Formats: sequence, structure tokens, C-alpha cells
Amino acid sequence: MNNTKRWAFDLTAWTVSVIVGLTLVAHEAMAGEKRMTAGNARYQAECGSCHLAYPPQLLPAPAWRRIMASLDKHFGADATLDASAAAEIGYFLDGAAGTGKRVAGAGDSLRITRTPWFEREHEEVPSAAWRRPSVGGPGNCAACHTTAPQGDFDEHNVRIPR
Amino acid sequence: MQHERLRVRAGAALFFFATATLAATPAELLKDYETAVRAQSARFAGFSAERGREFFNSRHGGEWSCASCHTGNPAVQGKHAKTAKAIAPLAPAANAERFTDAAAAEKWFRRNCNDVLSRACTAQEKGDILQYLISVK
Repeated sequence: MNNTKRWAFDLTAWTVSVIVGLTLVAHEAMAGEKRMTAGNARYQAECGSCHLAYPPQLLPAPAWRRIMASLDKHFGADATLDASAAAEIGYFLDGAAGTGKRVAGAGDSLRITRTPWFEREHEEVPSAAWRRPSVGGPGNCAACHTTAPQGDFDEHNVRIPR
Repeated sequence: MQHERLRVRAGAALFFFATATLAATPAELLKDYETAVRAQSARFAGFSAERGREFFNSRHGGEWSCASCHTGNPAVQGKHAKTAKAIAPLAPAANAERFTDAAAAEKWFRRNCNDVLSRACTAQEKGDILQYLISVK
């Protein structure tokens, strides 16, 4: 190989690897956007027994703190925990709580479904669909997000039941 | 060194006993409720599955009964009245995990009695309910 050819080859190889790398990073970032896990066994077990263990990233830390402080009146039900579970889950939520645009403008509401982010993401869902008995309201993620229990909220896995 | 090993062994034994007392059978939990009733009053006329069944299916001043979420048949899967999440069957005959952990049973009685009756259930009421659930085949 002469020098010019080698130079052209190197440049091509470099360009291809940069493109592949950037694509991978972008793909990873988009997957991260849709994959929201609730990675604490106790949070999963305690909170997940009555409803999907909602991704902690969907509310800011102050909201989670207020939820943890009012479990005796948790959206109309008693969801009190023993002191050890409350401490561990509270600590976990504090660290995993959302920041940035997902929780921007969340205000005083303790409902994920009232955050501007949630409303934006679900704009196309007709209001009648939420009221179907098969859906059971906006808090029942898994009714439509079939892979929500695995933390996967990818749009491709959404099936709105009749 | 010797001392350290002894301490580890004592710790392991303590852990074993602590966990051994947590695991239970529905019949043992029923016995615990009987002990609790007897501790409160000298007279104990036994638990009644029929009384438990009626309690389970009745509203007690609030919006919900036990059956609102667990359905009128505790041997089948229930559904949370608010969140619509599936609830595994409550009757031990249909779900071997039920009433095998005293702390878990107490946790749910604490929460759910408060939701249904706006107060704690008495040991007599818990015993009646458990007697009923054990009788469901």
C-alpha cells in the first residue's frame, strides 16, 4: 500500500468506527429513556403489592418524601410500613428520584399521572380509553405498557386494550 | 479467636430461632389469635367460619368490604378496587403462601382493617376471618 492509500484507508476506518460508536451511544440513550427500573427489592415487594412499583425517576425527591410521610393515607388507603422497610425504601427513593425535564413543573402533586411530562407523553390517548374497565385508569401502567413490570415502557410494546 | 467464633455461632443460632418463629402455618396463626382473645377475656367461645364469611362480605361503614378486592370467593384471584392490580387468592387451599408469615398477616390486617372498618380488627375478628378462609376449599 502506498502512503495515500493507507491514509484513505485509515480515514475511512476512523469515520466508520465513529459513526458506529455514535449510533450505539444514541441507541443506548434512547433505550435508557424508555427503560425505567425500580431497582430495590424491598420497594418492589412492598409498593409493588398493590400497584406497579412505579419508576422512582417519575417524581422528584420532595414528592417521594411527602408520599413516605403520609402512607397512613395513601391515595385513600392505609399503606403503612414497619420502620425498617420505611427507612430503606425512603433512602432508596431519595437516591433514585427524578431530576430534570421528566419532573419539571411537577408542582405539589403527588401523582405521576399529573406531571406535565406524563400528560405530554400520553397526549394521543383518548380520555375514554382511560375509563375502560380493562384499563382501570392512568395509574395502571401495565394495562397498556405490556412490559412495564420489567421496567420497559417502550412505545412498541404498548397495546391499549378494548 | 475462640471468643469470636462463639459469637458468630451464637449469632447464627439467634438468627435461626428468629426466622424459625416467623414461619408459621395457618393453624398456628389461628392458635395465636386464640391466645390473644383469651388474654383479653376469660371467655372464649371459639372462632366461627360463618361469622368470618359474613364479616368478609359486609361493608363496615366505609366504601369497601374485604370482598371488594378479594372477591366473594377467596379461592380465586382478586383485583385491587382502586389500582386494578391482580391479587393472588387469599384462601390457603388455593395459595399455599397465605398465612405462613405472622408479620405479613399482621401487616395486611393492620392496613386492610383500617381501610374497611377505619379501626384495627380485634383478635376475635381476625380469628373468625382466618377460620373462614381455612374452610374455603
